[in-house]
Amino acid sequence: MLDTCLELDPQVALRPEPFGALAYHYGNRKLIFLKHPDVVSVVRRLDGTATLADTLRACDIDERRWPSFERALQSLTESAMLRVGAVR
Amino acid sequence: MSGGPTHLVEQLKGGLDAPICLTWELTYACNLECVHCLSSSGRRDPRELTTDEAKAVLDELHDLQVFYINIGGGEPMIRRDFFELLEYSIDRGIGVKFSTNGAFIDAEKARRLAAMDYLDIQISLDGTDALTNDAVRGDGSYATAIRAMEHLRDAGFGEFKISVVVTRHNVDQLDEFKALADSYGAQLRITRLRPSGRGADSWHELHPTNAQQRQIYEWLLEHGHDVLTGDSFFHLNAIGVETGSGPLPGLNMCGAGRVVCLIDPIGDVYACPFVIHDQFKAGSVRSGGGFTRVWKQSDLFTELREPQSAGACASCGAYDACQGGCMAAKFFVGIPLDGPDPECVGGHGEAAMLAASVEQRPRPMMDHSKPPRPAQQPERVPVSIGRR
Repeated sequence: MLDTCLELDPQVALRPEPFGALAYHYGNRKLIFLKHPDVVSVVRRLDGTATLADTLRACDIDERRWPSFERALQSLTESAMLRVGAVR
Repeated sequence: MSGGPTHLVEQLKGGLDAPICLTWELTYACNLECVHCLSSSGRRDPRELTTDEAKAVLDELHDLQVFYINIGGGEPMIRRDFFELLEYSIDRGIGVKFSTNGAFIDAEKARRLAAMDYLDIQISLDGTDALTNDAVRGDGSYATAIRAMEHLRDAGFGEFKISVVVTRHNVDQLDEFKALADSYGAQLRITRLRPSGRGADSWHELHPTNAQQRQIYEWLLEHGHDVLTGDSFFHLNAIGVETGSGPLPGLNMCGAGRVVCLIDPIGDVYACPFVIHDQFKAGSVRSGGGFTRVWKQSDLFTELREPQSAGACASCGAYDACQGGCMAAKFFVGIPLDGPDPECVGGHGEAAMLAASVEQRPRPMMDHSKPPRPAQQPERVPVSIGRR
């Protein structure tokens, strides 16, 4: 996961909320709660070119927290909110 | 991530910056007169929002980043600008799910609907046979709904929804509803009957019995991941505390004024689709500041977002699971809002209803029912008796 280049699916919209953000997928109609502002920052920064590890580093996420971010982003990928970036 | 679902529910109770689930009844006009209609629909209200006013509301919802809206009525397709508003909404990035009885979906309309993205359709059906359905929704309404479903299927619409209000008389048909939905490539949605609108009168005869509540819970435990419920059966979660089978899928809380609200055909904003009553009216989209101001600043919504008292249910071990149930259901049967749900699976609702005075039950305030037709008189043959 850490070596994967991820990006937000183009059919997904993020809406800021006090607890983090709501992510809505217009294609599969899934609504997901991003329950931590740091996850929102990371997701917003994904552009499909940098690896997840690069992005976590760029967002100043402590390495001890990386496993939980990996799990969260894995789950977002499984629900099609994120997709593996196109090679540019 | 950090915090489990309980944590999230606590935050949602404090309200969101914009609703997740916004219902907009576009018109009170309807070709049917279902006995459980939440909005007592029938006749169009002359004060109905104009096309321009409706578009201005959609502009606001766009700015608030509302992802989708649930359109209903009345029968929303009766509005002459229905497709215009549908297209306007979708063009503004607001997906639409609309509820219809299907009367206005012919082959041509079905093809037009099938060509649109970000559109979901719910066909209302309350029985898997005409007898069961038409008793609630009116003569011919079963055939009408089936014809609309056939048109949608033939037009290649894809996965539309069949939306069922569970009653005492159709609860045994849940498996048949599922099979019916599957046969059309549709998704089944079942929701709870509320004593709102014309339901205030019919609920007492139609609502599932206590044994049937358990039947619904069991059925949802098995099928809950394949069917939609609008998370409307959370009052049943108290059963899961007894049996250890846990909560049903979905958000276990009342979202009224916190994540949910209703805009009615004349632009009044209520806490949820089940409480069209002055006590739950937060304001109007026609007032200064529009919908946004109502959502963010109205006294009612501010109050609903404050921690609520468990009241009479505080000592019950199931309160965390059922949250005291549905505010609207309590209100219209005369139970205090911090009392038990009338369908409390622990049986406390029945006692509370007995304690409430029938005369003091709040009446739904907006009634757009058609005037009763004069009873059919036996045909009179003019006879003149007289002598020539």
